[in-house]
Amino acid sequence: MKYSLDFAALLDYWPVFLNGAWLTLKMTAVAVVVGVAVGTLVAFAKRSRYRLLSRACSAYIEVVRNTPFLVQIFLLYFGLASVGVRMPTFAAAVLAMIINIAAYAAEIIRAGLEAVPRGQIEAAECLGLSKWRIGWHVMLQPAIEKVYPALTGQFLLMMQASAMASQISAEELTAIANTVQSTTFRSLETYIVVAGLYLALSLIIKFATGLLGEYLFRRRRVLRKAAARSARLMVEPGQAKVASHGGAA
Amino acid sequence: MFGSFTLTHLLYLFTSIGWTLVLSALAFALGALGGFGVLLARISPRPWLRWLAVVYIECIQGIPLLILLFIVYFGLSVYGFQLPSLVAAGLAMMVYVSAYLGDIWRGCVEAMPKPQWEAAECLAFSRWQTLRLVIIPQAVRLSLPPTVGFLVQIIKMTSLASVIGFVELTRAGQIINNSIFQPFLIFSIVGAFYFALCYPLSRWSEAMENKLNVANR
Amino acid sequence: MSPIDSPVAERVRAGEVAPPAAGEAIVRLHDVYKSFGSNPVLKGVSFEVAKGEMIAIIGASGSGKSTALRCIDRLESIDRGTIEVAGIRVDSPSVDLKRLRLEVGIVFQSYNLFPHLTVEENIMLALRHVKKLPRSQAHEVSLRVLDQVGLKQKADAYPEQLSGGQQQRVAIARSLAMSPKVMLFDEVTSALDPQLTGEVLRVMEDLAAGGMTMLLVTHEMAFAKRVADRIIYMHQGKVWETGSGDMLDAPRTPELKAFLDNGL
Repeated sequence: MKYSLDFAALLDYWPVFLNGAWLTLKMTAVAVVVGVAVGTLVAFAKRSRYRLLSRACSAYIEVVRNTPFLVQIFLLYFGLASVGVRMPTFAAAVLAMIINIAAYAAEIIRAGLEAVPRGQIEAAECLGLSKWRIGWHVMLQPAIEKVYPALTGQFLLMMQASAMASQISAEELTAIANTVQSTTFRSLETYIVVAGLYLALSLIIKFATGLLGEYLFRRRRVLRKAAARSARLMVEPGQAKVASHGGAA
Repeated sequence: MFGSFTLTHLLYLFTSIGWTLVLSALAFALGALGGFGVLLARISPRPWLRWLAVVYIECIQGIPLLILLFIVYFGLSVYGFQLPSLVAAGLAMMVYVSAYLGDIWRGCVEAMPKPQWEAAECLAFSRWQTLRLVIIPQAVRLSLPPTVGFLVQIIKMTSLASVIGFVELTRAGQIINNSIFQPFLIFSIVGAFYFALCYPLSRWSEAMENKLNVANR
Repeated sequence: MSPIDSPVAERVRAGEVAPPAAGEAIVRLHDVYKSFGSNPVLKGVSFEVAKGEMIAIIGASGSGKSTALRCIDRLESIDRGTIEVAGIRVDSPSVDLKRLRLEVGIVFQSYNLFPHLTVEENIMLALRHVKKLPRSQAHEVSLRVLDQVGLKQKADAYPEQLSGGQQQRVAIARSLAMSPKVMLFDEVTSALDPQLTGEVLRVMEDLAAGGMTMLLVTHEMAFAKRVADRIIYMHQGKVWETGSGDMLDAPRTPELKAFLDNGL
């Protein structure tokens, strides 16, 4: 029996799909913002002198990173329900995502913090800056700039993981796809359309994080490039002729 | 309704790990083959092949595995193929893994210094010979940590096969939970089993990476 | 004109500007012991630095000179003995670090400028957040110290755009902006190409002529002989010989003679 793809049947459902995409985006955005904040705290806590705190953070990170997100969602939602805590599915999904992304972000940010040369921290201490000021101005800012690509890559993975929230019937794009396909019986077409929407969401997130990166680090990057170009011509006067002939600055 | 968790239940969970491992191995083996093909296409001197590989990687990396799983599963069923869920899951994961592994390996190959290519060229090696004898053997060393790291991701992702009914560890947990409803206990044990599988691999990957960093200093 | 001649220093020598009067001791080390694990580095170090004095500490690597400097600013804590800076007991476990670091400025061998901030932002960071100066005032101070080290035009540059000598001068300006009572210099020209050390030494000479109390660990013997009020030679964790610049021409101990002969 030949099956023919019929996308026209889905046209009426466009607003429903778009709503689903919007919900996924919202879910991901909230989880990312809170998750990175929590992850930053965990990254610093893991470097703490108190062994108990440091060990607890390590344990948290390793458990989250070595168990499936689906199981984490089930544990959170059904587990809490079994002890009487009933959460709305959207909140439960976001909470699970926050716990998950905080662990990954903590590792990524910790690597960035460790890359800050000890000498700069000493210089900041000798200028009288408080521990908090050093953490923010001297350690975190350069660390975030360094690990920004890895961090934003993690955001994309998190958005895709949000599809698993459909398994606890949270309102997001995949759950809506499940509903639509059970109504229209056009399962293949529905999931192909939804795949396209996820792709579009990925592109949107890549674009947005790229733009944010340009804004946050733009001052530095643009000025650096422009000034480095002129500085190169200044510092090496003997080679200035070659530079202008060669062309590529 | 609230039953008790017995040894039988524990054994049932334990044996389902076998299926998790089967699917993981299948996904990894097929995905590695596919990934190698993606790698070759991605670094091909022919622009159309490169472009095709880029589109493939970008598309697969842009959609959730769950959706890919549904597409393969429902795609197969509407076109008349009644295949077991293991096959559907295996196919979907093969596509998914090939895109990610191909991209990871491309990164490793591109990290090989250009002088290696030039030296081989001067020895009159063909492009394929250069790849086979010079570039890939060295790139393999660099690719071990991220590949093992991705194997951990694969094992975790097999949990999604539960959604299309494949009885691996997560599905086994759901089945038990549906009868005795003790989600906290059951999914903690399920999580612990996954942890036991994944944690050693994660550590191994980390250890290899540290060795590489020391060697490169 | 040798690279370390400079206008202010010349005027001091010419008698136009009065040299700073030596006053009471601002830095006092007494019987300081420090070990790293089982390795003793300082074995009873004692000396004093008077207000306005410039002291050069010389010695072979491993003699403990950098460690002694770092202990003064509490970057390391000592095992025995006392250290006093501007009336603050540095060795006390309850020392007010912020107060100490307001009195002491330190410049490192590897400059340690913050790479993601411009030169001016580097200087303004502590001015705004430690001294709590409003932005406009911090801006004024930073331009003033940059002018003092001759780099006012580089205020908006990033450290990576500057040469090593320029970066070190910015580092000096950064510490100077906090108006410390004493400044420590830890081999600040050792990492520089020879042609860049001159500009940094010039700045240090100006600072000394202006009356700043300075303690420098250095290998620049000619500079030390010419500019330092006193030279301390350290050997194996102890103060081995002290004296004026003449000490370098006529060493009393065989260890100092060997050190000078080796050109270390």
